[in-house]
Amino acid sequence: MAQMNMAKAINLALFEAMERDDKVIVMGEDVGPDEGVFRITEGLYHKFGEKRVLDTPLAESGIMGTAIGMAIYGLRPVCEMQFSGFDYYAFHQLECHASRFRNRTRGRVTVPVVMRAPYGGGIRALEHHSESREAIYAHTPGLKVVIPSGPRNARALLHSAIQDPDPVIYYEPKAIYRLFKEDVPEAMETLPIGQAQVVRKGKDITLISYGASLRPTLEAAELLEEEDGVQAEVIDLLTISPMDATLIIESVKKTGRAVVVHEGPRTCGLGAEVVARINEAALLYLEAPIKRVTGFDVPIPYFSKERFFLPDPERVLAASRETLSF
Amino acid sequence: MPVDTTKDDQTADFPSFTPVLHNRVDSMPRTKIELPNIEYLSILDEDAKLDKALEPKIAPETLKTMYKYMLLARRTDERMLLMQRQGRMGTFPQSSGHEAISMGSAIHLGKTDWHVPAYRELAGLLYRGWSIETTLLYWNGFEEGAMPPEGVNDLPVCVPIASQLLHAAGLGMAMKLRNDNSIVMTYFGDGASSEGDTHEAMNFASVYQAPVVFVCLNNQYAISVPIAKQMRNETIAQRAIAYGMPGIRVDGNDVLAVYVATMEAVERAKRGEGPTLIEGLTYRFTPHTTADDPKRYRSDEECALWTKREPLARFKKYLVAKGVYTEKQLEELEQELDTMIKASIVKVEEMAQSEELANPLSMFDYLYSDIPPYLNEQREELKKHLEQVKNSTNSGVSPQKASAH
Repeated sequence: MAQMNMAKAINLALFEAMERDDKVIVMGEDVGPDEGVFRITEGLYHKFGEKRVLDTPLAESGIMGTAIGMAIYGLRPVCEMQFSGFDYYAFHQLECHASRFRNRTRGRVTVPVVMRAPYGGGIRALEHHSESREAIYAHTPGLKVVIPSGPRNARALLHSAIQDPDPVIYYEPKAIYRLFKEDVPEAMETLPIGQAQVVRKGKDITLISYGASLRPTLEAAELLEEEDGVQAEVIDLLTISPMDATLIIESVKKTGRAVVVHEGPRTCGLGAEVVARINEAALLYLEAPIKRVTGFDVPIPYFSKERFFLPDPERVLAASRETLSF
Repeated sequence: MPVDTTKDDQTADFPSFTPVLHNRVDSMPRTKIELPNIEYLSILDEDAKLDKALEPKIAPETLKTMYKYMLLARRTDERMLLMQRQGRMGTFPQSSGHEAISMGSAIHLGKTDWHVPAYRELAGLLYRGWSIETTLLYWNGFEEGAMPPEGVNDLPVCVPIASQLLHAAGLGMAMKLRNDNSIVMTYFGDGASSEGDTHEAMNFASVYQAPVVFVCLNNQYAISVPIAKQMRNETIAQRAIAYGMPGIRVDGNDVLAVYVATMEAVERAKRGEGPTLIEGLTYRFTPHTTADDPKRYRSDEECALWTKREPLARFKKYLVAKGVYTEKQLEELEQELDTMIKASIVKVEEMAQSEELANPLSMFDYLYSDIPPYLNEQREELKKHLEQVKNSTNSGVSPQKASAH
């Protein structure tokens, strides 16, 4: 066991993956000697050299498109997009090609590529550096979308993503890169993609979240217990596509109440999908309408006002109380 | 040429064409396609040595204007860095060292022309009428900082790399379609030259002969990636040949060279002869942004060498030698600008606290021309929530614990 933050845990996973499989390569802007703008690729260039760690020209479509070619050839490229706000240039390659090759070649040509990107608000970054647009990728058939919420699951999920035979979007909630440390086991571990986790047991209400929003959600759950004597069950989705609806539905059948929390915009956000899945499978178990605590349907404000956009414990608490008192 | 697939040494799938190709080369010698050469222009070198034959005739008042805005940009940039280190300013990309390219080109723009920046063209922006306050607001996380001054044909700074070049091409195409005699000046970096949008913008502008001047601030680094890893071509200017437009490399720290090259490009554009690519070779002697540590990727010696070549010192010497300014006047100018910057900072820090700028509900008000009902509901939701938070005195929750760092 070693204590480390999430940035270090992701770095560790990259290191381990590159050690155990020489087909794994890391590519992106400033991932070489600079070791990434968030230092996620620290030590990799030094250890594995320029044939395994590629400082690419500044072109996100170029990075993703060539990664697809390399993956088809048999490599395992892990692409870093410097900020998720710039990965739209790569989206075309993901939507039109990475996500489709297996299907259109009836399984003959596959694209085991990983796209990592820091996403989300909360670090007082400049414009285009704070977006949460994970729903775009979740909406794209053929992609898997994984979002860790802490050091241990970040490392395990990145291993799973790299080993996965299909393209995986691995979105890193940058607000929690270095926010807290956690015990991470010595032995390499994986976590199945597509499995959510109950991170807090409860019987009165189900709070569903992922990424950086998990922490305000957990704080709200603690407050519900302290102030209202309410036992909230908290689910961390970990994979937003394919979503683990089974776990959510089991929980909601037990509690009859649910609140979904995420910082991406509300309309067609992940909350909408969670609500639909619950309605389809557990409508008659519901005691109250499901509430969504999300970013608003506007671009995330520049940093002087981003805190009003991001879900905080108070908003989660207020929504939970409304749901409980319905 | 038909291939005999019955022979044993050839497969039906992959017949060998090598002998055939060889014969063609022998019988038909290749001809050479003549392409334009790429010129390099330098007028005022790093030691302020002037090439008199190339010196442009610029009115003293214009020279003063250019120097004033270059210095204002430099001093504002330095002051912003100080504020950033004190926690009074967000992360921002410094513009120091890029003043000559920005100002030497923007000076040619008239009222109906358009200025489409990337994000290191502070000198040009200030010259075009953007206030210091607006600049400070933008990099301090206020949307109001991206609002162009009234009547100024500028787009705000553009953070997503290279994407602004297509807008510039489109503006130029519209001018062409409407037979307007205006031009567009747009900016990008050496890193941006690798983006697909750059290729598309130059090709569109060239195909439609749009009046666009593409100005590249080649500061030799895209954050940490040196130009040698960005491209194999020796210059960015030579890409112009591929697009069928004139291209030139200039000393980007020499405001006179930038002035001359961009003037020629503007004149060409106004004559209806289409776009030009101008590459200004310069150096970012500061970090990429205040979050960057350049010691990780380049030597102090290299940085010192290029810092010596920065554009202001040589321009200042030139102006004094020409009698445009006396040393004393330059000192006074510097004091005057510093006073102006200080006053702007005080003003901005007051503005940031004002009801109008501090109001989070403004996030809903400018997304569409009319706020749709569902968005208005969200606006009301946030309003109600903020009132509740204000009224609850003992909830025990500190907002934004999760993102406090």
